Amino acid sequence: MKIMNKILLAVFLVTAAAATGNAQKKNAKIDVAEALKGYFKPVTTPYATPDEKGFIRRWMMLEPISKPNSTNRVFTDTYTRENLSVEYFPGQYTVIPKDGDKVKVTMEYQPPVNLTSNRPTAPQGQQPKFVKATLTWHALDSDHFFVKLFRFATGLDKDRYGVIFWTVTVINCEEDIENVRLAVGSNKAARWWVNGEELLLLAGDRHMGVDSAVSDRITLHKGKNILRGVTMNGPGMSEFCARFIDDTGKPVRNFTITCN
Amino acid sequence: MRNRIMATAIAAMMTIAASAQIGSPYIHDPSTVVECDGKYYTFGTGGGGLISEDGWNWHSGGVRPGGGVAPDAIKIGDRYLVVYSTGGVQGVRYGSHVYAMWNKTLDPESPDFGYTDPIDIAGSNGYEDCDGIDPGLMMGPDGRLWLVYGTYFGYLRVVELDPATARAIGDPVNVALSCEAGEMMYKDGWYYLLATHGTCCSGVNSTYEIIVGRSKYPTGPYYDNLGRDMIHGGGRLLLASEPRRIGAGHFGRFIVGDGIEKFSFHFEGDLDRSGRSVLAIRPLMWKDGWPVAGKPFENGEYSIVSERRGYSLELAVNNVPMNTGARGVSRNADGPVVALEDQKLSDVIGTWPEGNINLRIGPELFRPHQAWVITEVPEAGGYIGGAYCKITLAGTNRTLTATADREITTVPEFTGAPEQLWRIDQLTDGTYRIMPKLVPGTDQELVLISVADSTPSLGVFDPDSDNSKWNLNKH
Repeated sequence: MKIMNKILLAVFLVTAAAATGNAQKKNAKIDVAEALKGYFKPVTTPYATPDEKGFIRRWMMLEPISKPNSTNRVFTDTYTRENLSVEYFPGQYTVIPKDGDKVKVTMEYQPPVNLTSNRPTAPQGQQPKFVKATLTWHALDSDHFFVKLFRFATGLDKDRYGVIFWTVTVINCEEDIENVRLAVGSNKAARWWVNGEELLLLAGDRHMGVDSAVSDRITLHKGKNILRGVTMNGPGMSEFCARFIDDTGKPVRNFTITCN
Repeated sequence: MRNRIMATAIAAMMTIAASAQIGSPYIHDPSTVVECDGKYYTFGTGGGGLISEDGWNWHSGGVRPGGGVAPDAIKIGDRYLVVYSTGGVQGVRYGSHVYAMWNKTLDPESPDFGYTDPIDIAGSNGYEDCDGIDPGLMMGPDGRLWLVYGTYFGYLRVVELDPATARAIGDPVNVALSCEAGEMMYKDGWYYLLATHGTCCSGVNSTYEIIVGRSKYPTGPYYDNLGRDMIHGGGRLLLASEPRRIGAGHFGRFIVGDGIEKFSFHFEGDLDRSGRSVLAIRPLMWKDGWPVAGKPFENGEYSIVSERRGYSLELAVNNVPMNTGARGVSRNADGPVVALEDQKLSDVIGTWPEGNINLRIGPELFRPHQAWVITEVPEAGGYIGGAYCKITLAGTNRTLTATADREITTVPEFTGAPEQLWRIDQLTDGTYRIMPKLVPGTDQELVLISVADSTPSLGVFDPDSDNSKWNLNKH
């Protein structure tokens, strides 16, 4: 290996480590409650219920996975499906994590950004580089009807543009609830599943509007139902809101929400 | 070949003229069009702006210092207030400021022209859920001045301004989520918040669209037609795209007069103009308390039907019966059913007198003496949002003309005289006002009216009277 290549490799590894490990190093020191103040609180109760409008506020949230998107115009149906079908970590479609669980992922490198940076810039004309990272699941209650993914990322000092957010929660029903629809508003592209069945593919440069897309009618079964969503953004804000609605469009609220 | 190229070029120009402002209407994020001393002005991102003598033909020349993005302008008393915004202040993305400055005139050639120093009136610190750019101004019916600002990064906010200084009064209020290009307007007890959803700044790949909600209060909450709060992402669509013009955004209301309103905005990409961002002006209509975007006027063959009676403007000639088909009540029930031709011009034109032929209004039968071709005349200039048109009887050069005795007639040939040119404005209720560019012998603005069920004339426009309103039914 030529000396120049060695230097380049060293620079890359240092930079990559800075990009992916910087937040991890800080993470140990971060007071999550303080870092996410105004948007989320750590879960402290055994269960939650939907808010008065039916929005689900309790979520297990995985720290963002880097996936550079320099513009929101890229989110076609195909792009969304392909990039949200990549296996980033084992069991990503089935896992019901616990607070603090770690996940090892291989993800695309992008230069670190912060609040003073402009849009994320993927290296032009270069093959993507991949790095390994360890990400943490957090059990959180949103302070709002929506889940402000962007603030989850910034609060934990993670990449916030060009990233993928995995979120999962458990819907506990005392009896079957038939003919309900999953209703999601999503700022940006997303896929959503209930009990492993994909219900929504949300493509395009979307804004978050309440109930902007709903699923076909489904049945929430007696017992545990797993609601899973994955959201991918480019530059700008990212957030989602989710609830179940009945055939008349009214919110469904007769269930509890837990993290496992 | 050269002639063919010329013909194609002329046809292309005609196509553009039929549905877009002419001249060089190239601008992004235009401010609300403001009239100043008989000229029209709009300012855009980056500084500068457009000027128009007539509201139709636009060219560069507006002067706005300060750079930045997405200005807005409003006339208050005898001064003009111009606001604009700058982002990325001190290197902090989404750290933005809205600045305000005053001018006695918008005409840069005027000796009175000169902006005051800009003052910082609103903004965002870069760490909150707001990006304080894209300011929009509204003077309420009570003389209170309001500013809306913000982008997709969090909330749109409304704050009251002192109309004497433009400085903020009180604290801003969040009114909408995931919107930008905000603007407000008031009508009949409702405050309306106009904004955009969709992708900006991507030319013909933009998905910008203008949406609206309304509230009883300037600080909201603003609900859409389904009762969705705009702070929950709601919004009723006003306008997205038109054929060959993509991505509407940066609404600005322009009241021409009672019953006639327009709105200015930009299309992010005009396919007839290299995909450039262009100024557009369309009729603003109202239906059930909601603003509705009118369509650009299209050249074509129309019936001109009175709102008063529902009758059609026609030549005062014999109504020649169609000499074919079933007659009476027997209906020839046993014969084959066939499609009959319309009555043709050639069937009847020989029965018409030569020279001028007067007009009347009669039952709509879709006959040749009731068919009018309305065509823009690009070289005749225009008015706010449209070009002057000629109105000729289909298949002929016979031209609708205003006369010195304040009546109308038709003359055999179009000469381009101003009394043969017509301004066609779509009214807020969707009907049309039809007005000659000039009535010989008077400076008074007169319009085509139904003075009786069967009698057209010229008279003063009354927005509350169906006598002044017409429908253009395309054939």
